[in-house]
Amino acid sequence: MTLTRRHILAALPLTGAAALGLGFQHILSSMKTGQFDPRAIRTSGEAVPQFPPLSPLPGLKGTIEGIECTSLTQQNKPILLNFWASWCIPCVTELPLLSALAPSLTLWGIAYKDRPERASAFLTRNGQPFERVGQDKDGTAAIEWGVTGVPESILILPGGHVVWHHRAALTHEVITHDLLPLLRPFL
Amino acid sequence: MRFFHSFFLTVLLLSPAASYAVDDPKELLPNPQQEQEAEQIGQQLRCLVCQNESIEESSAPLARDLRKIVRQQLTQGRQKSDILAWMSHRYGNFIQLKPVFNSETALLWLMPFLALGSACALSYRLWFKRPMQARSLQDTALKKD
Amino acid sequence: MMDFFGPEEGHYALALACVLAFCQGIAPFLKRQGRPSFFSPLTPGFAWAHALALLLAFMCLMLAALRDDFSVQNIAENSALAKPLFYKITGIWGNHEGSILLWIVLLSLCSACVSFIHTRHQNPLSRLKRHALGVLGLISAGFDLFCLLTSNPFARLFPMPADGMGMNPLLQDPGLAVHPPLLYAGYVGFVVPFAFAIAALIDGQLTRLWATLVRPWVLAAWALLTCGIALGSWWSYYVLGWGGYWFWDPVENASLIPWLSGTALLHSILVVEKRQSLRIWTALLALATFSFSLSGTFLVRSGILNSVHSFANDPTRGVFILTLLALVVGGALTLFAWRAPSLHDESSFTPLSRESALVLNTLFLCSLCAVVLTGTLYPPFIQLLLGHTLSVGKPFFDSTTIPLTIPLLIAMGIGPALPWLHGSLRTICKRLYPAFLCTCAACIPAFVFLPDRMAALCAVLALWVISSSVLALFHQLRVATHPFRLSRKIWGMTLAHIGVGVTILGLCGMSAAHHTIVAPRLGEHQSLDGLDWQLVSVTDHPGPNYDARVAELRVSRHGHPIAQLHPALRVFSHPHQTISQVAIRSFLTGDLYAVLGSTEHEGQETRYILRLHHNPLAPWIWLGGLIMAGGGLMACPFGRKHTQGTPS
Repeated sequence: MTLTRRHILAALPLTGAAALGLGFQHILSSMKTGQFDPRAIRTSGEAVPQFPPLSPLPGLKGTIEGIECTSLTQQNKPILLNFWASWCIPCVTELPLLSALAPSLTLWGIAYKDRPERASAFLTRNGQPFERVGQDKDGTAAIEWGVTGVPESILILPGGHVVWHHRAALTHEVITHDLLPLLRPFL
Repeated sequence: MRFFHSFFLTVLLLSPAASYAVDDPKELLPNPQQEQEAEQIGQQLRCLVCQNESIEESSAPLARDLRKIVRQQLTQGRQKSDILAWMSHRYGNFIQLKPVFNSETALLWLMPFLALGSACALSYRLWFKRPMQARSLQDTALKKD
Repeated sequence: MMDFFGPEEGHYALALACVLAFCQGIAPFLKRQGRPSFFSPLTPGFAWAHALALLLAFMCLMLAALRDDFSVQNIAENSALAKPLFYKITGIWGNHEGSILLWIVLLSLCSACVSFIHTRHQNPLSRLKRHALGVLGLISAGFDLFCLLTSNPFARLFPMPADGMGMNPLLQDPGLAVHPPLLYAGYVGFVVPFAFAIAALIDGQLTRLWATLVRPWVLAAWALLTCGIALGSWWSYYVLGWGGYWFWDPVENASLIPWLSGTALLHSILVVEKRQSLRIWTALLALATFSFSLSGTFLVRSGILNSVHSFANDPTRGVFILTLLALVVGGALTLFAWRAPSLHDESSFTPLSRESALVLNTLFLCSLCAVVLTGTLYPPFIQLLLGHTLSVGKPFFDSTTIPLTIPLLIAMGIGPALPWLHGSLRTICKRLYPAFLCTCAACIPAFVFLPDRMAALCAVLALWVISSSVLALFHQLRVATHPFRLSRKIWGMTLAHIGVGVTILGLCGMSAAHHTIVAPRLGEHQSLDGLDWQLVSVTDHPGPNYDARVAELRVSRHGHPIAQLHPALRVFSHPHQTISQVAIRSFLTGDLYAVLGSTEHEGQETRYILRLHHNPLAPWIWLGGLIMAGGGLMACPFGRKHTQGTPS
C-alpha cells in the first residue's frame, strides 16, 4: 500500500462523520425556522381525487350547499379546501385567519368526523368563512384526500388541479409565504 | 394530528405511545387466511399520526380507518400491491414502511451488498495480498500465552 | 438540618464537577520543560473528586425528589405528591435532565475506575493511563457543561406549585428502574476503550498490552449494553402490550448500532491481543463504538429522528449537542486520520485460522451495523437532499438484516473450533461433524413447525451455533487438566455464543406467534392455538394512584387448567390517562399474553374486548440476552494486574 492511499483510507471515517455532521447541522437549523418537519408527508396528487358527495351541514345561516367532486372540478376560480372539526383546538385559532382570507379567496370547508349540530354551532359561534360546507362523518373523504387529521388545507386551481397541501393549522407566515404566491395569477 | 404531536411531546424518556390496538373484533375478517393477509398488509403501512408504528399496532383513529379500508379492499378481491399503491397514491411514499426500490432508495437497498462487498474485498486483501513474514516471531509470541 | 443537601448544593456540586473535570482533562497534558508538570500525578485525584461531586449532585436531586420539592422545575414537571416512593426515586432518570445527570455520573464513575488501574510508575502503560484519564476528563467537562447550561436538573420554579404534574404512567414500572441505568452504563462504558484508543494513537503505543488492558472494559460495557437492550425490549413487550418486542425505531437502532460495533470491537481486540494485528481496524472500532453511543443518546434528544420514543425536543439544545459531538467525534477521527497510517501490521493471516474467523465475524457485524445505520439515517437525509419523505421501518430491516445474519451464524459455529495461526480442513470437519449432524436433524422439525422459511433457516443455524459451541467447549475440557483450570475466557465465549443461539431461537419461535381479538361475555370460552381461554370474572380494584379494572382469565389445555391471567386497565387520575396492564404467563415453551380492552354494552349484555396472544419461545429472547451478558461478564479478566508490562 502506498503512503497516500493509506492516508486517504484513514481519512475516510472523518469525511463520513463530517458529512453526517454537516447534514445534521443543516437539519437542525432548518428545524428551527420550521422548514424541516421530519413528519411531513408530501403527495404528488395533481388531480382532485374521487370522493363520495358530502352532504351540506344543517343549521347554518342561509342556504349552503354540500361538496361533491364534479362541482369542485368545474370551478373557474381557485378554491381553498379546509378540513376542520369542532373538537379541534387549533381550528379555533385558524378560523379568524380564514375569515380574513374569505373576501379574496373562495373557501370550502369539510367538517371531519363531527356531529352536525356541534359543527354548525362551532361555525355560528366562531364565524363562518366558508362558501360551501360538507360533512365527512366517517372520514372516508379525508382519506381520499390524503388528510391525516385536522386542520389541513388544500388549494385547488381551476380545472381541478391540486397544487398545495398544508398539513397543519394555517399561520400568518404560511399564508404570506406559501399560499399567496400561488394565488397571484388569479388575484 | 396536532393533538397527537402535543401528546407525544409530553411523553418523555423511552416511552412509546400507549399502543394497544384492542379494537372491535367485528372489524376482523371472518376468513382467518384473509385476516392474516390483511395483517401482513397493515404491517407494511405506517400509522401517519403516530411515530414509526404500523397501522396494525396503533390505536389512533386514523390507523383504525385505514385498517378498515385494507380489509374492505381485500374482501373486494384486490391484491396486496393494489392496496399498497392505493395508499401511496393518497399518502405518498411516506406510508410504506418498506420503501419501494427506485433511484431515491437505491443506496438504501444496495447497502447490504455494498457492505458485504467491501467486507469481502478487505478480507481478500488481508488473506492473500499481505506478505507472509515474521511467522516464527508470532509463534513464539503465542506460546507465551 | 433538613435543608442540607438541597437543590442549591446540588447545583453547586454540578458546577464544581465541571471545573474538576476540566482540571482532570488538562492536567496530564501540561508539560514543564518537556516533562510532565507537577499537576500530572494529581489526575487520578481529580477524577475521584469529580465523581464524588457528581454523586453529591445526584444525591441532592434524589433528596429533592423524595422531599417533593416542587420549587425544582424538573421535580414539579415529573413528580407528584401521590407518586409512590419507589417511582419518586426511579423517576429521576425518567426525564431528560435527570437522565443526562445519570449519564454524566456514570461517565465520572468510569474515569474514577480507570484511575484505579494500577500501573508501575514510568512504565508506558502509566503514560497511556494518564492520557486516557485526560481524554475522559475533557469529554466529561463537555457533557457536564451541557448538563449545567442547557439541561439543568436544578432549575428553579417560582412560584412553587402545590403539587407536581405527575409522571407518565407508562414509566411507572419497575422495568424502567433498571433499564436506563444499565443501558447508559453500557453506552458510557465504551468511553474507556475510546479514551485508551485516543491515548494509544497519541503515544503510538497500540500494542498487545494495550489490548489486554482495554479488553475487560469492552467486555463489561458490552455485557451491560446487552443487558440494557434486552431489558428495554422486554419492557416494551410487557408494558406496551402490543405483543411485539422490537420496533426498529430510531431510538432502539441507536442502541443496536453501538452494540453491533461493540461486538465487532470485542472480537477484533482479541486479534490485537494475540497477534498484534488488525490494529488500525480495532482503533477505528473503539472510536466508532463510543461515537455511535454518543450520537445515539444525544441525537435522539434533538428531534431529528422520527421516533416513538420522544424526548422533549429542543433544536437549540441540539446545536450544543452537535458542537460537542463535532469536538469529540471529529477530534478523535482527525487524530485517527493523522496517526493511523503510521501503524503497520506485521503479520499475515491464513484463511483457515481463528484470527480469520474473527476478522470475518467483525466484517459481518460491521455490515449489519452499516445497514442499520443507513436505514436509520436515510429518511432525514433524503428529506434534506431531495425534499421527499419516506419511511424505513420494520419490514425493511427484517428483510435486510436477517439475510445478513445467516453468514454470521455459520461463521460463529466454525470460528471457536479453529486454532490460531493455521488450521487444517480435516481436523475441523472431524471436530464439527457431530454438530453438523445435529443441525441437519433439526432441519425437519424446524421447517415443519415454523411457517416462515427464513425463520426456520435461522432456527436451524441457531442450533448449529449452540451445538458447535458446546462441542468446542467439550474439546477444550478434554484438553484441560481440570474444568476449573479452563480459562474464564473460554467459558464466557461459549456462554455468550450459546446466548446468541438462544435469543435467535426465541426470535424464530416468535415468528410463529398467533393472536386474536375477541369480545366474550363473562364465563364464555375462546380458543387460540389449541388452548381454551375462559373469561371468569371482571372486578374493580383501587390502586395507590389509579383505579384498576381486572379481568380473570383461565387458560386450559385439553381440560387441564395451565394458567390464570389477570390483564387490567388502570385509570390514572394524575395525569389522566388509561394504561393497559398486560398479563403474561411465561413457560419455557412460550408465553400466554392477554390485554384487556374496552367494555361494550349491548342492551343487557356486557362484553369485554380482549386481545389474546400465544407467543412460542418468547422468553428465550431475553433469556438469551441475559446468557450473553453473563458470558461477557464471565470472560472479564478484572482483578488481573497490568504491572508486568514491559515495552514491546
